[in-house]
Amino acid sequence: MRISKKIAVYTVLIIASIFFLFPIYMLIVTSLKSLQEVNTTSSWSLPVHIDLSGFVTAWNGISQGFVNSFEFTIPALIFSVFLGSIGGFALTKVKFKGSNTVFLFLLFGMFLPYQVVLIPLVKFMASLGLYGNIWSLIITHTAYGIPITTLIFRNFYSSIPTSLLEAGQVDGANTLQIYARIILPLSIPGIVVASIWQFTNIWNNFLFGLVLGSMPDVRPVTVMLNNLNGSMMAQWNTLMAGALITAIPTLIVYLIAGKYFVKGLLGGAVKG
Amino acid sequence: MADVILEHVWKIYEKKVEAVKDANLNVADKEFCVLVGPSGCGKTTTLRMIAGLEEITKGTIKIGDKVVNDVEPKDRDIAMVFQNYALYPHMNVYQNMSFGLKLRHFPKDEIDRRVREAAKILGIEEFLDRKPKQLSGGQRQRVAVGRAIVRNPKVFLFDEPLSNLDAKLRVQMRSELKKLHLRLNATMIYVTHDQVEAMTMADKIVVMSTGVIQQIGTPFDIYHYPDNVFVAGFIGSPSMNFLKATLLWKDSAMWVKLPNGSLIKVPKIYEEELGDYKDKEIIFGIRPEDIYDKMFAVAATPENTVNVKVDVIEPLGNQTMLHARIGNDIIVAAVDPKTEAQIDQSMDLVFDMSMMRAFDPQTQKAIITKEKLMHGMNASKTAKIENGKNQVTQGK
Repeated sequence: MRISKKIAVYTVLIIASIFFLFPIYMLIVTSLKSLQEVNTTSSWSLPVHIDLSGFVTAWNGISQGFVNSFEFTIPALIFSVFLGSIGGFALTKVKFKGSNTVFLFLLFGMFLPYQVVLIPLVKFMASLGLYGNIWSLIITHTAYGIPITTLIFRNFYSSIPTSLLEAGQVDGANTLQIYARIILPLSIPGIVVASIWQFTNIWNNFLFGLVLGSMPDVRPVTVMLNNLNGSMMAQWNTLMAGALITAIPTLIVYLIAGKYFVKGLLGGAVKG
Repeated sequence: MADVILEHVWKIYEKKVEAVKDANLNVADKEFCVLVGPSGCGKTTTLRMIAGLEEITKGTIKIGDKVVNDVEPKDRDIAMVFQNYALYPHMNVYQNMSFGLKLRHFPKDEIDRRVREAAKILGIEEFLDRKPKQLSGGQRQRVAVGRAIVRNPKVFLFDEPLSNLDAKLRVQMRSELKKLHLRLNATMIYVTHDQVEAMTMADKIVVMSTGVIQQIGTPFDIYHYPDNVFVAGFIGSPSMNFLKATLLWKDSAMWVKLPNGSLIKVPKIYEEELGDYKDKEIIFGIRPEDIYDKMFAVAATPENTVNVKVDVIEPLGNQTMLHARIGNDIIVAAVDPKTEAQIDQSMDLVFDMSMMRAFDPQTQKAIITKEKLMHGMNASKTAKIENGKNQVTQGK
């Protein structure tokens, strides 16, 4: 009974995995083919001989964007995670009047479609003299990240017992010390979750990059990937290779950070 | 000097919830004061107001001679032990205990000396480099106490510190905390819902209910001279029996007429105080342990014996609880375990009337109070009441 149940579960899981892995299979085999070998009739077959020319062309096309993307993703990630952590702390542990209203507005920001703000955003950045500057992307991504990071930290911090902060208060810590010496050290799981989310979101973002990253020296990798697409015909092997290269950082983030999903860090704070 | 004084303290939350109403309390220096009451009675709120974790709506709180209404918790010279211990999970025991001293910029060797001394007192020296999650509940409790001790505060505040421990450990920690109090010579304010903890540990008990302080007194006074029906019923387990009764005068003596019509004689010493209630209704109160099986009572007379019908028998080993019917009311009697009581049989119970209490049915307040008794008689008579139990129980 139990074995048959297991078999059933695994069958379903394997079928689902195949279903989801198929596009990735297609992505990988196409990226390894030469341009001549790419065609609709043999698109599912493995490459006859491995051809890396797609990767070379793609890397030449997007390497600058790769660097650019890092240059705004990392600062925007750090700012948005840090501000989200402070916001979550304030919303859960420093009770102030109207905190629920503030939170409501923050949530509202999460559901605001990007397209709505594009024109004001460009005008605003231009008036600040930041249009075309990497900081326009950093600021925009930070601002758009704050609602979700605040939400993540708010939920995370509500699991930290308030008596821990009160103990700190009695021990003589001020709000800043409580945040820095009690809350922040306990935040690692929250920071990891928020960072993965933010890295993926900012790195993969296309629209803000397209609008604010018009200059080549700030243009993100996602926009450059799109530009690999020629105007006359699509070089599928190059496109697929470019897509693979673009996806590598997010994959690495998942692989590395996943290890740091430290479970039970709060163990022992309160009764066990 | 670190007495804690509460003057007309109120806590009113938004939406007009009155958590604490006009609390007046004077905890003397080096006193062990226990706030006890059912959950939601305002005892924890009171403690948190003393700690400074909760703002005071109205009134004054003084620690020592200083009004602390607007003083931060860290500047009140208090330490608090929380119900869930609230140890910092990312710090080891040593760091947990030294955190408060570090924030106050104590020299390193002084911190080390204090932490090691406290660890020695509490027997947690070998755990100093462990994280809280590697400790058992009892050990965590000790660390939480240790964190308070190292600061050497004027006042210790305990918020139900033993309620998360198992029964055996609780009894052990109870006596350890009591010893600690003697050793540290500090003022301690302790919140609990457990009346046994209150009775065993306190110099002074404060009984609270629905935000109001019901009575303040020594464990002896709270137990023997409860101010009102609530205190009488809350302290003592099983709780005091209450019966609606009438007082009447017959054969030049005062009698309590129970709901089933039986008459029991009021001792002479209470006659004066109960005088105003002649022919009126009172709430008659008597504790289970002041009711005896007639077989084992030496002073049984028709004037203190009541015939009842046994409903439930609960043998506890050292005594047996009888739930007995008097008319439509049920009383509990703690009788000799060798009782031959049978369920559904009638039997005679003897009331030690020197231990009777009477309450006004309208105000619920005690009619027999210590003050009145003291006032109305000389000291030898008071002694007689307190030893009154012996009159009936000798030979038991």
